[in-house]
Amino acid sequence: MEYFLQQLINGVTLGSIYGLIAIGYTMVYGIIGMINFAHGEIFMIGSFIALAVFLALAALGITFLPIVLLLMVIVAMICTAAWGWTIERVAYRPLRGSFRLAPLITAIGMSIFLQNFVQVTQGARVKPLPPQIQGGITLMDSPNGIVVQLSYIQIIIIAMTIVLMTAFSLIISKTSLGRQQRACEQDRKMASLLGVNVDRTISLTFVMGAALAAVAGMMFLLYYGVIDFYIGFIAGVKAFTAAVLGGIGSLPGAMLGGLAIGLIETFWQGYFSVEYKDVAAFSILAIVLIFLPSGLLGRPEVEKV
Amino acid sequence: MSAVETSKTQPGGEPLLAVHGVETFYGKIQALRGVDIEVHRGEIVTLIGANGAGKSTLMMTICGNPQARSGQIVYNGTDITNLPTHDIMSMSIAQSPEGRRVFPRMTVMENLQMGAILEDEGYFEDDLRKVFELFPRLKERQGQRGGTLSGGEQQMLAIGRALMSRPKLLLLDEPSLGLAPLVVKQIFEVIRELNANEGLTVFLVEQNAFHALRLAHRGYVMVNGSITMAGTGRELLAREEVRSAYLEGGAH
Ligand SMILES: Nc1ncnc2c1ncn2[C@@H]1O[C@H](COP(=O)(O)OP(=O)(O)OP(=O)(O)O)[C@@H](O)[C@H]1O
Ligand SMILES: [Mg+2]
Repeated sequence: MEYFLQQLINGVTLGSIYGLIAIGYTMVYGIIGMINFAHGEIFMIGSFIALAVFLALAALGITFLPIVLLLMVIVAMICTAAWGWTIERVAYRPLRGSFRLAPLITAIGMSIFLQNFVQVTQGARVKPLPPQIQGGITLMDSPNGIVVQLSYIQIIIIAMTIVLMTAFSLIISKTSLGRQQRACEQDRKMASLLGVNVDRTISLTFVMGAALAAVAGMMFLLYYGVIDFYIGFIAGVKAFTAAVLGGIGSLPGAMLGGLAIGLIETFWQGYFSVEYKDVAAFSILAIVLIFLPSGLLGRPEVEKV
Repeated sequence: MSAVETSKTQPGGEPLLAVHGVETFYGKIQALRGVDIEVHRGEIVTLIGANGAGKSTLMMTICGNPQARSGQIVYNGTDITNLPTHDIMSMSIAQSPEGRRVFPRMTVMENLQMGAILEDEGYFEDDLRKVFELFPRLKERQGQRGGTLSGGEQQMLAIGRALMSRPKLLLLDEPSLGLAPLVVKQIFEVIRELNANEGLTVFLVEQNAFHALRLAHRGYVMVNGSITMAGTGRELLAREEVRSAYLEGGAH
């Protein structure tokens, strides 16, 4: 029981990170029907920028943790947002309206380029960050020696995810910007006939997804303490899987899919073996898609219009 | 095809919308072959023509999607031929396009809010009340998703949404398509009211030539991407070519 609880906490933490990345995939897919394969790299770059900010502040002698964390996340969000905007501008927009696979190919190219760029400039070795947030709350201390602990960093990750998800859902469902994004998703031509600047709305969607990925990248850095140029690929594939599992195009679906993948992976690792944890996640994805082709919360293809 | 027979009763002054020699292509296919049309302030002008004549293409070309390859479109003194669609629509032009294009997964209210994105938020409540007065049905259905409305309700929503941007010029592409005669009558009545009471200028594409020509001050006939006839609604209705080609039960 204690072991189960501990795995649950770990799984939810990991799932939160996947969920935040998955939102970027799902939103971009929703609005332009394209998988932005470079999104995982945006997450990776977010974590590198957070680390760079940390090191720069340390060199300046600024070590007051709340300030350091705040600056890390703000700078990382701004930089990745700029990256997201640039990628859309140079790699995807010129191809809008051409055949469907063209942007997919540039997306993969962009992904490889960003990975190699970081590998060359930052080196291929892992970069460590000394643990910053230590300790936690002991929830259970059973006599057989198994301790259930909710660490402070886990609390921060889960709380931050809840806050961001809530804010994000409100933006999409209640604000004029969110309505414009949904309008572009449903009928781009009509949206422009109502005065929506479609290109700008698409850019903003990339920017928002990238900013969330940056938060995920920084939390990954704080949680695991090591990053390298390759983390974007692995986390990206998982988050993409999460988005598909939840129903690509659906925001709550992305979150649910993220949680599901995080939990599956953690439990598999906890009860069976580390080796096959990724296989488990993908197998479950395959099974779900057989029975629910549009994912857990995706909308079915047929609809009365 | 350039021998356009023009009526002598055209109103004078600077037109609100002037289309000069516009040619539009879809790839290599030419859909408009030098179209000239004028719409003056306070007028209802209708455009009739057979399927595939190019009517919807003209409506969309006015809005910049697709853009005209040659010719010129002047709105309210500004050349809008090469402006992007969202800039054109921000100049108080609104279109209720062919096929209605209601956002299917948005509620009636959200669809109306989309219509108002270019407007000052201060007008919203007022405009909403007006639209609900014109179409009480929409008020009852405000929480329902656009995609689940009936065809007639969708048409009301499409027109209401267009009105939410406070247009000076309203473009309507086949508002009567697929609707029961009673609803058609109701929608035409709304157009007449808006024109008479608010001075709204309307450019209307219609298959329903009889009703449209009776409603409109002036009309144009389009054949194969060119304007072949122009005149007051009454004049066009009286013409043999129009009656036989566009009015059911015409002289045959
Ligand atoms: N997107 C497009 N791509 C290629 N050709 C098109 C496109 N849209 C319209 N056309 C062609 O342009 C011509 C004019 O079409 P348009 O839709 O303007 O006709 P219309 O007068 O509105 O007809 P209807 O009364 O049936 O609505 C047609 O021959 C049509 O096939
Ligand atoms: Mg048409």
